[in-house]
Amino acid sequence: MSQLLAVDAQGLHKSFGTVHAVRGLDLQVKPGEVVAFLGPNGAGKTTTIDMILGLSEPTKGSVKVYGGTPRQAIARGQVAAVMQTGGLLRDITVKETVQLTAAMFDSARPVAEVLERAGIADLADRRVEKCSGGQQQRLRFAMALVSDPGLMILDEPTTGMDVTGRREFWHAIRQDAQRGRTVVFATHYLDEADAYADRIVLVRQGRVVADGTAAEIKNLAAGRTIRAALSHEDPRLVRLPQVDSVEYDGARVTIRSQDSDAVLRFLLAETDAHDVEVSANNLEDAFVALTSDDAEPAVVGQHHTGSEAQA
Amino acid sequence: MSVPSSTAADPLAEIQLVDRKPAAGGINGTFLWIEIKRLLRNRRTLIFTIAIPALFFAIFGLSNKNQMLPGGTHSYGEYILISLTVYAAMTSATASGSQVAVERAQGWSRQLRLTPLRPGAYIVVKAAAALAMSLIAVVAQFVIGSLFGVHLDAGTLVVAGLAAWLGSLVFAALGLMVGYLMPSQNVMQLLGPVLAIMAMLGGLFMPVEIMGDTFVGIAKWTPAYGIGQIARSPLTGNWDWLWVLNAVVWLAVFVTGAALAFRKDTQRV
Repeated sequence: MSQLLAVDAQGLHKSFGTVHAVRGLDLQVKPGEVVAFLGPNGAGKTTTIDMILGLSEPTKGSVKVYGGTPRQAIARGQVAAVMQTGGLLRDITVKETVQLTAAMFDSARPVAEVLERAGIADLADRRVEKCSGGQQQRLRFAMALVSDPGLMILDEPTTGMDVTGRREFWHAIRQDAQRGRTVVFATHYLDEADAYADRIVLVRQGRVVADGTAAEIKNLAAGRTIRAALSHEDPRLVRLPQVDSVEYDGARVTIRSQDSDAVLRFLLAETDAHDVEVSANNLEDAFVALTSDDAEPAVVGQHHTGSEAQA
Repeated sequence: MSVPSSTAADPLAEIQLVDRKPAAGGINGTFLWIEIKRLLRNRRTLIFTIAIPALFFAIFGLSNKNQMLPGGTHSYGEYILISLTVYAAMTSATASGSQVAVERAQGWSRQLRLTPLRPGAYIVVKAAAALAMSLIAVVAQFVIGSLFGVHLDAGTLVVAGLAAWLGSLVFAALGLMVGYLMPSQNVMQLLGPVLAIMAMLGGLFMPVEIMGDTFVGIAKWTPAYGIGQIARSPLTGNWDWLWVLNAVVWLAVFVTGAALAFRKDTQRV
């Protein structure tokens, strides 16, 4: 039981016609982990989540949830999800929505408690169609809470919420993580991933490009950029083990490195480099570097479908 | 939500991975009651399904309501009232079933697939909610009929009422099937005229015999015919098990169609 993975996705591929949305994605999530699934729009986050939830079948590869198929886990009531859009009946009240959801499970948390935790107790008798986007998002969260699931999957869960709403939302998520809830959330907000996840899985063009704790990802990201004037291109630079990338722009070179000290020593000792500047990347630079389209020039032909609706 | 006020059932206990499958696949009173409330809130449909047959009755039934049928024990008014009651029940049930199109458009059917609710249980609850609405339609027509001075004896009332009510199940299934197949805006626009044609062929607007043998030959195979004949059997004194067969076969056809459409819908997303 202790070794049973909450989510075990191996070699996932998903194509829609000529669009290859997910291209060999692996994801293992242990019970009790809070994992951020971070990537730009169109990275394949929603497509992957749909496969983990059994709403769509992978073109290739496999997904297991608690050792069984996603559909089996859902049939046992062990999974709940907060989707980005839809999934609400407009003609019933907030409270009825949660009651109705609770009625689909063998046992459920008290409806009043769930409304309170989701911050919508005062909206209990409001029709869903009269709720704002942020309120509807809280309602989706309440629906996920009511079954007290082992695994909660959240797709851009705080879309439309204000700052207070977001903070309260994440407070509730962390509370339940302490009780052993596994949480996988997709987001394109760097700060949310940084602040609330035990682990960040960075995806780009349907693949995992980085996977680690927020600190580890920051380290990956928080390398430095060295710029210098150089009289001619030096092929030794790119071969230095500390160097991640080298770009020449006329007489100037831009070098990205995890160990700028070593590169600097080499530059000053072995080349005619001058006018040297060193700057630290921030987390956002790193995110952009790891997930931008030209970060990995070997991979081309990414189709931006815009299917991941924007907030 | 920063301060959870309710602390029922130890909110700090470890989360358990027990099987949370609902009893009876998810058929329960809460689900059914909320479904019925949703249908009752759809005032426009509710009023139309009651008012239109009542209006037809006022137009076509009142002028000769006291004219006696052959045999001399029942009136033409009773014949029309029962026919239009069947029509009211079938319209009501179809409208209820077809609401599933709206649910699909709102992403609710997709949301339901993230719960342990069984598809079969969902269909049963939908059918039960549709039956609740068609019961209202049936009672309303009988009340309106009596206000217009058309009274049914107890035996007729029970047989006709049960036939119209239970027969509406056939049309609840039709509504579900079409609801799964069509975009939400178009469902009742398509089904309204279809129901009118079925009602005409089923002899609900006028006795099919008036329109000739060819017409009767066709009408016998249509979904409202059997139910209409059964409902009026206390008046006519006729009985044919083929009428029951007609209703059962059409029920099977529409239920199968709804199940297939449901499965197709599940696969597409």
